[in-house]
Amino acid sequence: MSKNMMSKNMMSKNETSVSRRGFLRNAVKGSAAAAAAACTTMVAAPPEANALVRPPKPLPPDAVGLLYDSTLCIGCKACVTACKEVNHMPPDVGPAQQGWNAGGGDKPIYDSPVELSARTLNVIKAYSHGTGATKDAAENGFAFIKRQCLHCADPSCVSVCPVSAMTKDTRTGIVNHDPSACIGCRYCVLSCPFGVPKYDYNDAFGEIKKCQLCKQQLAKNELPGCADVCPTGATLFGRTEDLKAEAKRRTALKVGEHAHFPRGDIAGKVGGPRDGHEKLVEAAYQPHIYGEKELGGTQCLAVSAVPFDKLNLPTNVPENGYPTLSEGIQHTLYAGMIAPATVFAGLAYLAHRNTKNHTDE
Amino acid sequence: MSSQAHEHQPLGGRVLTLPFLICAALVAVAGVILFQRYTQGLAAASNLNDGYPWGIWVAIDVVIGSAFGCAGYVIALLCYILNRGEYHPLVRPAVLASLFGYGLAGLAVLVDLGRYWNFYHMMLPWYAQPNSVMLEVGLCVATYTLVLVVEFAPAFLERFGIEGLRAKLNKVLWVFIALGVLLPTMHQSSLGTMMVIVGHKLSPLWQSQMLPVFFLLTAILMGFAIVVWESVMASLNFRRPMETPVLSKLAGLMLVVASLFVVLRFVDLIVRGQIGQIFGGPQSGWFVVEMVLMISGLALLIPKANRNRSRALFLSASLLLAAGILYRLNVYLIGFTPAVGPWHYFPSVKEIMVTVGVFALEIALYLLFVKKLPVMHAVHPEHG
Repeated sequence: MSKNMMSKNMMSKNETSVSRRGFLRNAVKGSAAAAAAACTTMVAAPPEANALVRPPKPLPPDAVGLLYDSTLCIGCKACVTACKEVNHMPPDVGPAQQGWNAGGGDKPIYDSPVELSARTLNVIKAYSHGTGATKDAAENGFAFIKRQCLHCADPSCVSVCPVSAMTKDTRTGIVNHDPSACIGCRYCVLSCPFGVPKYDYNDAFGEIKKCQLCKQQLAKNELPGCADVCPTGATLFGRTEDLKAEAKRRTALKVGEHAHFPRGDIAGKVGGPRDGHEKLVEAAYQPHIYGEKELGGTQCLAVSAVPFDKLNLPTNVPENGYPTLSEGIQHTLYAGMIAPATVFAGLAYLAHRNTKNHTDE
Repeated sequence: MSSQAHEHQPLGGRVLTLPFLICAALVAVAGVILFQRYTQGLAAASNLNDGYPWGIWVAIDVVIGSAFGCAGYVIALLCYILNRGEYHPLVRPAVLASLFGYGLAGLAVLVDLGRYWNFYHMMLPWYAQPNSVMLEVGLCVATYTLVLVVEFAPAFLERFGIEGLRAKLNKVLWVFIALGVLLPTMHQSSLGTMMVIVGHKLSPLWQSQMLPVFFLLTAILMGFAIVVWESVMASLNFRRPMETPVLSKLAGLMLVVASLFVVLRFVDLIVRGQIGQIFGGPQSGWFVVEMVLMISGLALLIPKANRNRSRALFLSASLLLAAGILYRLNVYLIGFTPAVGPWHYFPSVKEIMVTVGVFALEIALYLLFVKKLPVMHAVHPEHG
């Protein structure tokens, strides 16, 4: 713009824009105050009164899952091997577990996963402290924990997936993944509060991998691989409601009591009836049933004699899943697209009027 | 009509200058690395892992890059919605910068997506998952990029003398201008909402229901700051007179937005009962740096005289840009701790070079376009 034009512009502005400038200033002040007020009510409201939070999702009617009992687990990792076989997953070799004679070859001799990955859907991890002498003791002891998808009642991975690749079965509640729909954005990996879904970064055509509760086995009325082979019933399959009742029975047991522990399917239906076993309760159970309340509840549960934070599971998490808030915010702002449509109408009106005013733009 | 044809002029001059060639070389380096990424997987070119599935390609190229692209948004808002005609000289350069900012953010998404060949599923209604904040962001950004193409089209049509189409487009341009203000308001705030769902994994210094508000504020702030910054740079490098009178008004707006951001940030921390996290909470040092940058940037603008000094303007715009960049980096990377760890992430050299390549491409294309197309406002020495 030439200086000539500029000064003309400024002059006309000086004549007319005092009130306009005042208006703009007031508008800024007003919206700032409104924003501040809105924010205060937003963040200050208690969760139950927070208008932005949508109600939590209940468990599906036939929700199934696993109950893992750390005190029964002997760390044999039969479940890890069975999971690989049933799901046709490749071996995974931890950095310190390379075979001494495997050099040069690309075929590892020893499957030794240390963490969930795109090659490992289920893993047993160990906690140890001090001398590590006593099983299921937090002090100078050790304990096992099984890691796999917990199949949340209100899963973050399903909430974030833009292309419906991650879905929750409306009947069984199993959280499924469909790689043919997936765009590989890894928002599910980022959002999962339990760090479960994994992507293969070493593959040019990598896929997201996570436990799908061996849905292909369940369709044949067979048990998920891990529950099928567990020799002690540390991993038990069943309806989540039944497993929850079983978990409550166990956490109420006293040290020195004899108790019965079922194997396979708690109802004895899937995979056929199996014998349980009697066992002396040697370590006191924690009252905490992991997955009962965490983030809206999960279909897979765990009980243990060692606190779950020691077993590296997220504790002190809210009782409602995070999607209750993020979806609540989004659906409040975009309810029926009314707000965006209204804003658009206003913007379009102003843009139409203002571009007409200065035709040379 | 004739007066407007002369309103904007191509800057002319040699295209193959040293800065252009350096940018081209950086783009070529990124190209070689991307060949590895597409043939061997993401790990061949990056340090991305299952603890940090999103690295700098998301945090910088997309989340910060699109904020750089908010110049067109804020200037269109001022010029056409609030009817402040004095900002008109800034419209075209701002829209061009936005076009590249958003276009290349889209390109960066294709670099980062692990199953990029399914990208188009985002556009197909039968795949749509309406609860996904990312779906809204993706669709909004894609639509907005098209809107920017239309908003910039007059420059093309003018350059190649297609006046008939240009006149027709001018009649309906208001629709695109309105969309061009609505869409960034939606997706820039949603970029904040996207991190609400990570819950406890984001430090309480940043995790808040207010994330969408803070992301919208930083988008507007960074939009203003990039206009000021770019304008000063263009004046220096292309030896054009400073646009200081217009910029000083923008400076006033920057001051308002930055102050609002700082005040709301502290109100939010106090109301959530997390104010104590400033002292020794996780990553609290980065919070302090973020706030120091923001407050020093806005403090520079408090004396009115400074808003007319190009040096002070430039320094303040730089500080506020840095504050906005760091805020977004804090939310997406620095303040984030994976659920079940330990995991570590620091971008690899190759990963950094891809990001550098994306920004180099942006600069190279910008230089090319302002020289060949009528983007910059004409300067008439005879009037001066």
